[in-house]
Amino acid sequence: MLTIAVSITLLSIAITMVRFVKGPTSVDRVIAFDVMSVSSIALIAFIAALSNRIIYMDVALVYGILGFLGVIVVARYLERGL
Amino acid sequence: MFIAIAIVIGVASLISGFIAIHHEKLSVAIIASGMVSLFASVIFLLLAAPDVAMTEASIGSGLTTLIFFYVLNKIRQRND
Amino acid sequence: MDNNLMEIIGGAIAIGGSIFLLLGSIGLIRMPDVYNRIQAGTKASTLGTMLSLVGLFFIFPGWFGKLMVLILFVLITNPVSSHTLARAAYFIKIPLTKITKVDKLKEHQEIDESRNAHLRKVKIKKEGE
Repeated sequence: MLTIAVSITLLSIAITMVRFVKGPTSVDRVIAFDVMSVSSIALIAFIAALSNRIIYMDVALVYGILGFLGVIVVARYLERGL
Repeated sequence: MFIAIAIVIGVASLISGFIAIHHEKLSVAIIASGMVSLFASVIFLLLAAPDVAMTEASIGSGLTTLIFFYVLNKIRQRND
Repeated sequence: MDNNLMEIIGGAIAIGGSIFLLLGSIGLIRMPDVYNRIQAGTKASTLGTMLSLVGLFFIFPGWFGKLMVLILFVLITNPVSSHTLARAAYFIKIPLTKITKVDKLKEHQEIDESRNAHLRKVKIKKEGE
């Protein structure tokens, strides 16, 4: 059953990539980046469950922190206040 | 299963690398290059190297993006 | 038997979470506006990630600590980043759609400006006296 969940998550990452390529403004691209990093957290958790190692969850935690940091930095840059 | 994940993530990484090279706005190129390193982190995880994946995510995505945007902000303030 | 049942429940919850992720990305494609895209993408992806992690908790009960930290982290940071993005998009004047009827922030800004102008006038009058 985890295989089906991983397939649907991969499909959602592939659909979000379309918005990243198309997006008219740069805010659209940042939203696509945010959604993709949050989906990737779920993907990394599924990989950790499929290969049965708890240490992979640490990578998901670091990934979440840095995706959040990147989005905040870009938003402050766009608002001219970094 | 892992091969399917590697194919999808690899194709997405190629597309974002292409955008990072060929887009004309500088901020979009920096976001795309940050995304390349985020996908590379997933691929390192698939190759059973969690320490390399952690380092790639923190250096490639966090520190590089932050320094690039800091410098871009400095340049923009000087040009104004 | 019991272990098997827990695995099936966890897999079902994880599939539900990934369906929410898929719905969020479809909303990201179909919505007409930056603000609608922020709304659709961030809410659905937050719920989807949290449900996926809860489903993994049913499969591996020993991973409670790290899954709980990750769920709390996603729950706290994702609304903050969407709020900051929407604020930046509003202040660099990305246009709303034509269908949008209500813009509360603009009304509040106009009220604040008129009140400030009135206060300034009153202050000048007092200083003149």
